[in-house]
This record gives sequence, structure tokens and C-alpha cells, in this order.
Amino acid sequence: MKFIVFLKMVPDVIEELKIADDGKTLDSNWIRMKLSECDENAVEEAVILKEKFGGTVTAVALDAPELDDALFNALAKGADKAVKIVGEWKDVRSPAIAEIFAKYLRDNYPIDNQTLILSGSQSIDDIEGELVYYLGELLNLPAFGVITHVDYDAGQNRISLVKEFAGGLRGEFESEVPAVIGIQAAEKPPRYIPIAKIRAIMKSASIEEVEIPLDGIPSGAVIDKLFEPETSGKAEMLEGSTDEIIEKLIGIFSDKGII
Amino acid sequence: MNNGIMVLVEHLKDAIADITFEMLGIGRKIADSLNVPLFAVVIGKDINKHLPELGIADSILVVEDEKLEMSCPVTIADIIKSIFDNKGLSIVILGCTNTTAGVGPILSSKLKLPFLNFCKNMRIEGDSLIITNQLFGGKILSDVKLEGKRGIISINPGSFPADAGKASKVAPVEEIDLSGIGIKNYFKKYIEPEAGDVDITKESILISIGRGIENADNIGLAEDLVGLIGGAISASRPVIDQGWLPLNRQVGKSGMTVKPKLYFALGISGAPEHVEGMKDSELIVAINKDPAAPIFNVAHYGVCGDLLEIMPVLTDKLKEKKS
Repeated sequence: MKFIVFLKMVPDVIEELKIADDGKTLDSNWIRMKLSECDENAVEEAVILKEKFGGTVTAVALDAPELDDALFNALAKGADKAVKIVGEWKDVRSPAIAEIFAKYLRDNYPIDNQTLILSGSQSIDDIEGELVYYLGELLNLPAFGVITHVDYDAGQNRISLVKEFAGGLRGEFESEVPAVIGIQAAEKPPRYIPIAKIRAIMKSASIEEVEIPLDGIPSGAVIDKLFEPETSGKAEMLEGSTDEIIEKLIGIFSDKGII
Repeated sequence: MNNGIMVLVEHLKDAIADITFEMLGIGRKIADSLNVPLFAVVIGKDINKHLPELGIADSILVVEDEKLEMSCPVTIADIIKSIFDNKGLSIVILGCTNTTAGVGPILSSKLKLPFLNFCKNMRIEGDSLIITNQLFGGKILSDVKLEGKRGIISINPGSFPADAGKASKVAPVEEIDLSGIGIKNYFKKYIEPEAGDVDITKESILISIGRGIENADNIGLAEDLVGLIGGAISASRPVIDQGWLPLNRQVGKSGMTVKPKLYFALGISGAPEHVEGMKDSELIVAINKDPAAPIFNVAHYGVCGDLLEIMPVLTDKLKEKKS
């Protein structure tokens, strides 16, 4: 099997997010980028599938700050090849990213009936929706999202997928290969890779760079402004020393008849 | 052309999802201000029983077929495209849920219209429809103008009042002919949730843990509190994905919707996917290190601090009081 995983860096929301002076973008000086969480699960699932069914894993991502670390991490986990896509495009979102990845595939990675395309099911900046479905449309392949389990029947060359709905209800789907799969959570939590192993990979492996030109990349929806949510009338913050806070908490629980 | 707005009625197994009424409510409001009709579109099998609940629409369009039990997004998008073109619609409203995921991007590709996700609010301003979206786990909002008031929008559950989408009226029903639309079917079967030891939807106290609990050993801090005040432990997605708690303890989009007397959120940031599952709890108290955590926008009381320091002291104090 040939597993290709498309990855994206997103701002780490654990950090403070500041809006830039243009009022329309995040201030890049304040942002720490990290691999989108579902994408991290997509890498893990691709490596799990390779271990189970054999094949190769290629990790492909758009150029972004901190990306090299994420790609070396994918190599250390078991990916066979890492590709960084560079180009003139800026602030691209799912429809444009799908176009860039589809162009990459057309010129560099022929899709056949042994190819499975994986990516994260969603990301925190998917203002125009999820990548996997745009990619499915461009490649004319079936696309599935919110997937938490993938199985492969080599005899039939078919995959079986588990998708999450709501309230713990899930559904089983079956598809031919090739297909595009949006991973919500890998079968197991993403494996931890010791830093020494990543350093070793950085010495022995390299990241391939591929340029995709700007032509034909859709510009996407125009953001008028970004702003922070209003916080008025929301949580009453309990302040003071730890002991004082705890007295207040116990007071609230007691008033509300909890204790 | 600006001949109408459609809402894709969301139903899962035998029930209409609440998000349907949120969509119908805001759809009604926008349709009235633009003076265009509102269509409720129902796609599936055995769906006639749902029709009496959709009276707030001007017209109900029914697409029924055995093969449409759990249609793939491509098939739903093909059906909507056909309706959109035939009726000359301008706006499609979808739910931002796992059930409908994929319909928006595919429809956007087919109709060459913008799709906007995570919508929390929408309003008309001059010749534009302004959509407010929740981004970055609810930490930042964005306004996007839909020029010509045309586009596809998916709404975050809990953004609009569901009551505004309910009416005792009866709306005319039109059956849509499926010929010409190829139905692709990948669905095999539902997998029911495994019955666990605890049903968190029935607990009156939930001590709910998130990423801030840091590792599985610290779950003991929440267990100690449950031992003292009762209730059960629930969690947000990262804790479940780590395998620290079973799936039946998950609160939020893929998990359960809970309304306990007390929801004590420990180290949960409050991303929209989580908030939709707990926002109607009677009392929400949150502890989080991050003063900008969106959980403080839904909590009644908040503590900005380290739960790993606060929890042991809290349980000690409660033990003292008990003895």
C-alpha cells in the first residue's frame, strides 16, 4: 500500500493569540505553530496501517514555521519520505490547500488502486471547511471524515472505516481504494518519540522540497475582521490565595446544595 | 437570483437533531428580512414522521429512498445542488456536526459558492450577509461578508435559539424526484455505544477532566472528589483519545450532551466542540491555567490556576468539613 499523509501547521491555542494590526490576520510574532492535532493522528494512523499491511508512508505539508520539526518527527515515527511544499501563496485555506495538494499529486505521486490518502479530519482554522472533502472532489475520489478506525481487506482491495456521529454512536462504512480519509483519532494515541531519535533522523534523512506555483490557486473567502469574543457577563472569577479560593468554592457548592 | 434559503434537516436514527430547529429559526429570520421563502429539505428513509415538526418553513422538500439511510456527503451535495438550481436558491444552511460533515465543502466545489464553517452568528448589512465564525477553538471570532448574500453556511450547535425554529403551523410538502441523481452508498451499519458502568447523561454531578490533567495518574484527583461529593468523572476529547477513560465518558460533539446540577471542568479549555455538550448544565465551575480559555465564557464561576495544586487542597478541606 502507498499511504500519503497531508499535513498542516496551525497556531498553538495554548499560547495567547493576538490579532495583527491589519485586523484580519493573527499576529505572527505571537504565534507558535504546531502540527494540527487531527493531522498528528493521521500520521499515527498511516504508520499503524503500514505496520499492519506493509507499504510506504509519505508525509507532505505546506511550508510553515516549525514545519521541519514536525516532518522529522513523522520520519522518526515511521514515515519513509517527507516533502515540504513551497510557493508564493499566502494564508491559504482548505479549498486552496486542496488545489495545491492535488497539483502535487498530479506531478509527483501517481495515484493507483493501492493508494490511500490520509489527513486530519478537521482543524481549528477550517473556516472554509475540511480539506479531505475538497481533495476528494478535485481527485474524484470518495472522501470520508471523522474516522477513528481503518481496516484493509487486501483480497478485496477494500477499506472498512468507522466514523463517529454523536452521543457515542458510530457507523461503519466500506469503500474501494483509492480513497481520501479524514482521521479524527488514530487507533492508538500518537506515539512518543524520544528527542534523541528525532536528532538521529535529522542527521540521516532529509526533507524534499517541491515548489507549486501560484497559478490556479483559488483565493478563498475574504475575512473582513478578526476579533476576540466578548467576555462580559460570563464567569465570575474567584480570586485570592489558594485557601481563599477553596473557601469560596466550598461556599458556592454549599449554597447550590451540591454538598 | 435570490429566491430562497434552504435548511438541511438533520436527523440521526429516529430523531431530529436540535440543531435543525436552530437552523430553521435563524433561517426564518434571514428569509423574512430578505423576503424570500424558507425551504426545509429532508433527505433519508422513513422520514415522513418528522414532517409535522418542520412547520416553520414555507415549504418542506422531501427526498426519500431506502438507499438514503445514511447517505455519503457527495450524494447529499448532489441532491442539494439539484434543488438549489431548480428553485434558484441563494443560501444553504447546514449543521456543523459529524453527521453532515463534508456536505458543505463538496457542495461549495459543485456550486462554486463560498462555504463558511463554524458559524456562530449571521446578520444582514446592506447588500451583504455577514457571517461570524468561531475559530481557533473558540478563542477568536471572524466576520466574513458573503457578497450578494449567496453562500453555504454551517452552524455551530448552540449558537441560535432552537425555540425560534418551532411552530405549530403545517407547511406544504413537495416530493423531490431522485431520477438523474446517482446515489453512492458506502454505509454498512450503525455501531451502538457500548453500555458502560456509568451513564454520564444521568449523573447530577460531573467532575470533568481535560488536557490540563496532564497524565492518567492525576485522574485520581478527580476520583477523590467524586468519592466525597458523589457524581461521576467525565472528560473532553483529548483524555478519551489518550485512552485514559472509555468513550462513554466523553462530553461534546462526538460524545454525550449532559445537563448536570454541577459541571466541574478541570483543565478543559472549552473548545466549541466541547461546549456544545455541556453548556446547559445548571452550574458550571471551571479551573484552568489560561485566563483566556473559552471555558470561562460559559462557566458561572472560574478559577485561573493550576488544578494539580488546587484539587488536593479542595479535597482535604472537604474531608475536614465532613469529619
